[in-house]
Amino acid sequence: MTEPRSVIVIGAGHNGLACATYLARAGRKVLVLEAAAQPGGAAITREFAPGFRVSAVAHLLHLLDPVVERELGLAQHGLAYARDALATVSLAGERAPLVLSGGSILSGEVSAADRSALRAHAARMQKFARLIARQHGRVPPRLRFDSWRDALPALALALDIRRLGRKDMREFLRLATMNIYDVLEEQFEHPGLKGALALDAVLGARLGPRSGNSVYTSLYRQSGAVNGRCGALALPRGGMGAVTDALAAAARAAGVGIRCGASVESILVRDGRACGVRLERGEELGAELVVSNADPQRSLLRLLGARHLEAEFARRVHNLRAAGNAAKLHLALGGRPQFRGLSAAQLGERLLIAPDVDYVERAFNPAKYGEFSTQPVLEITLPSLHDRGLAPAGREVLSAVVQYAPYDLKGGWAVGKERFLAAVMATLEEHAPGIGALVQHAELLTPMDIEQQFGITGGHWHHGELALDQFMVLRPVPGAAQYATPVAGLYLCGAGCHPGGGVMGTAGRNAARVIAGGG
Amino acid sequence: MKYDAIVIGAGHNGLCNAAFLARAGLKVLVLESNPYVGGAAVSRELHPHWIYSNCSYVCGLLRPEIYRTLELARHGLQIVPYGGGVTFTRDGDILGGYLDKDIRRRELARHSPRDADAYLRYGRDTMRQCRLIRALLLRTPPDPSSLRWRDIRELIHIGKEFARLGEQGICDTMRFYTLSIADYLNEYFESDVVKANFAGSGIIGTALGVQSPGTAYVLLHHYMGDVDGQMGAWGFARGGMGAVSNALAAAVQAHGGEIKVDAPAARILTRGGRARGVALANGDEYYADTVVSNVDPKRTFLKLMEPRDLEPEFLARARNFKIRGSSGKLNIALDGLPDFPALGAGNPLISGDMHFLDSLERYERAYDDWKSGTWSKDPYLDLLMPSATDPTMTPPGKHMMSVFVQYVPVKVQGRDWTDADREAFKQTVFDQIARYSPNFRSLVLHAEVRTPRELEAEVGLTEGNIFQGELTFDQLFFNRPFPGFAQYRAPVRGLYMCGSATHPGGGVMAAPGANAAREILRDLRRGSSVPEGWSDD
Repeated sequence: MTEPRSVIVIGAGHNGLACATYLARAGRKVLVLEAAAQPGGAAITREFAPGFRVSAVAHLLHLLDPVVERELGLAQHGLAYARDALATVSLAGERAPLVLSGGSILSGEVSAADRSALRAHAARMQKFARLIARQHGRVPPRLRFDSWRDALPALALALDIRRLGRKDMREFLRLATMNIYDVLEEQFEHPGLKGALALDAVLGARLGPRSGNSVYTSLYRQSGAVNGRCGALALPRGGMGAVTDALAAAARAAGVGIRCGASVESILVRDGRACGVRLERGEELGAELVVSNADPQRSLLRLLGARHLEAEFARRVHNLRAAGNAAKLHLALGGRPQFRGLSAAQLGERLLIAPDVDYVERAFNPAKYGEFSTQPVLEITLPSLHDRGLAPAGREVLSAVVQYAPYDLKGGWAVGKERFLAAVMATLEEHAPGIGALVQHAELLTPMDIEQQFGITGGHWHHGELALDQFMVLRPVPGAAQYATPVAGLYLCGAGCHPGGGVMGTAGRNAARVIAGGG
Repeated sequence: MKYDAIVIGAGHNGLCNAAFLARAGLKVLVLESNPYVGGAAVSRELHPHWIYSNCSYVCGLLRPEIYRTLELARHGLQIVPYGGGVTFTRDGDILGGYLDKDIRRRELARHSPRDADAYLRYGRDTMRQCRLIRALLLRTPPDPSSLRWRDIRELIHIGKEFARLGEQGICDTMRFYTLSIADYLNEYFESDVVKANFAGSGIIGTALGVQSPGTAYVLLHHYMGDVDGQMGAWGFARGGMGAVSNALAAAVQAHGGEIKVDAPAARILTRGGRARGVALANGDEYYADTVVSNVDPKRTFLKLMEPRDLEPEFLARARNFKIRGSSGKLNIALDGLPDFPALGAGNPLISGDMHFLDSLERYERAYDDWKSGTWSKDPYLDLLMPSATDPTMTPPGKHMMSVFVQYVPVKVQGRDWTDADREAFKQTVFDQIARYSPNFRSLVLHAEVRTPRELEAEVGLTEGNIFQGELTFDQLFFNRPFPGFAQYRAPVRGLYMCGSATHPGGGVMAAPGANAAREILRDLRRGSSVPEGWSDD
């Protein structure tokens, strides 16, 4: 029943769609199976209140792989930006807000020393971020050193680091594992500036500013480019769903079949080889290869099953750190909210509630004990200001990433959610008095909700912590870092693989290269 | 008076350095500000007839190669292993880390059969990391940004050591160096108390919590020691930690070196961009073309030198060096051996380390207190009664307690410690001990309270950090103390660093002192007897 050169891709997330398209272009017959009623995975735009639409999980595009964007012709398939370079506004209560963009301060009372330190800091970090970006499109090397040939990829990385120049190389090797708190304390005075830069380092992570390795997460976040601008933040027109709509259109144009409402129950294995999938309704579909865009734990422990894996490998997958800490808040607002000290134009930028670095650290503390932040940090956008199609006339959509909301909340989210929402609204109210009265509908997605609605184990939007112990050759686990799994014919292509999360498409592209090259 | 080399500070590394230099035939002078040698490795009589190791208190890291080469046994050093460790739980139980392997396994199984099995994997995996790092302790770190053959050769050497681990081994090593101790332990164990029992070694001496990435590595700083060839074992120096320093001092003197106490260095003298001697606070000047500082980098470069002698960028490095005191100590004279009812009568663990935190959450909360500017209200204690092993420390029948306490800040809510703070801090520690030892309070004859402030004032360690600088990767190996200056040479010619702020870091290891001596003798083109690498015996 297995057709030669046929591939089943489990999950129509952005990486699954990208991978499918590349494989179809390479001559494979590809079928994508999606559990939800529409393709897109967690990168979709959906109506959360009558007439109000919002990007369901990720709401800012900043890591989309420009190669994927170009090669798959996403612009031709309808991807456009409502805004492509949002500035960042750090809300400061009574004080005038701080507005920054890249290495420059656009507004706010910031000392000359801080301004010049920020320029230098941003330039250095961008240089390091480019080094990381160069690794994104490479398949992580096998760490075998039996011959010089084996050592080449590692030497290529060493050479990349050397090419930074002596001074920057030393600084890179010092900063690589540092915490962002220390780096900021070394250079800056302005609390709002440090708070904003700290938040970027911990967004989506189970880290506080004082946690080691948070410099790396900060560099990772800056490793993308939108329209050629490094580290830029963009709002796709029509929300994040516009990206996956374009990807799905590109896939169909390449001949990929996409079947929605087809939830995979298990991956079928015969003679030690993946040979297809069984759907929850009992239907079995055969294929020469199976590629999973689901997260590694779901793919390997649930869909495949640990019985097909070596104990040591299964243990590594089990130990993957993938408990989410970020929640998503969506508000349907009856009118335009007023933030203290903010001009009408500034309201449309990316707004941060992270007044200082200790505030961010204090917000993190409870998460370590399975409690939510009583004074959370927020990354807020009002996408409807740029994209009128998202809300009825005269109304607005507020979309915010809210931290920290640990997946494994003590007492459970069934009880905790209302209380967390109240804490979040109280924090918002401090900065935007009266916003509560404008709320017509509020939706809060905890990591538990994200797990249930999008099938991501742990509700972690990166399919696993993006930390130094889970990156490159270690992502998701040693033994599966090159997209192939220990089971022949089964591959991974999701954000749980190198180079990781964010709406990138790179993991899908890399996986397709491995499969088309050798599978 | 002209010497070949002057060493500032008679800590164990300064003395070790001086001993190797003197052994190579150099005319060496060691200058010590205190009236006694040893720095933080000292034995002091703070209560009549009670001898305390009042700073560092156990010995396990001292490199055996150094011990042998400097013939420290002949100079009076004797190390006695002590008996295991124990974690007390809040509900009145214990987890005993007995020295006997079978008993220890049964004890773990009592708490979790699964963890007793996992312990075998844990021990094996952790020892694999120990072996890798031990091979690097007595070697000078390469400068990865240099193109000198010597650095490239060393990088290749390390690369080969890594390659030998195999693919899984390399991956495990990369993870080990970036994980937190909590995440590392979570991969093996399920029981709270088992995890808590092992977690302390990941945070001792650092200003990091058990959930801070990078703390798994710190574990090695407490596991890589060996006493009598038993890896990971710890012992007491008979007569207290001062015995280590005294033996090293005797080695210096045996080779003709000179040690001056009560001689605080005030300034490192330079001329024409090179070191030429040291001026004391009283104005005396001593000259030498080689000056070695056992003092931490902040003191060395920001206090003992003129800013004009150093590049602004280098000064910024010194200012940004992370030291951060995080621990304190109580040294308590006792009228008798206190009861710990949970141990039961005759339990050998009475002479081992005692710990009272039984969950990772309690550890992490202790750290949160420090972050918010105060000492931990439910602190991590590493409590030992050396007198139960070494009766020479106290009068007959009497005992003493050495209580290492973490976390303790340098300043309380941003201000200096007051006597009231010290008293409250002492009571916090007493409360925790008394919870497990009802008669403890009634036995106390005298208690010395040490915060990072006391350590700074007495030993001269900036901010009272016991490792002379955080053990995080940005300050380890080729980054220790600063990138580009990890080979013991300061930017001023003839000036060297030999303290724990240099590779391989803190603990009474003496390796930094030895490594620095090797580099100095290399520059002077003198033969050296400093051991290099690791002799696997």
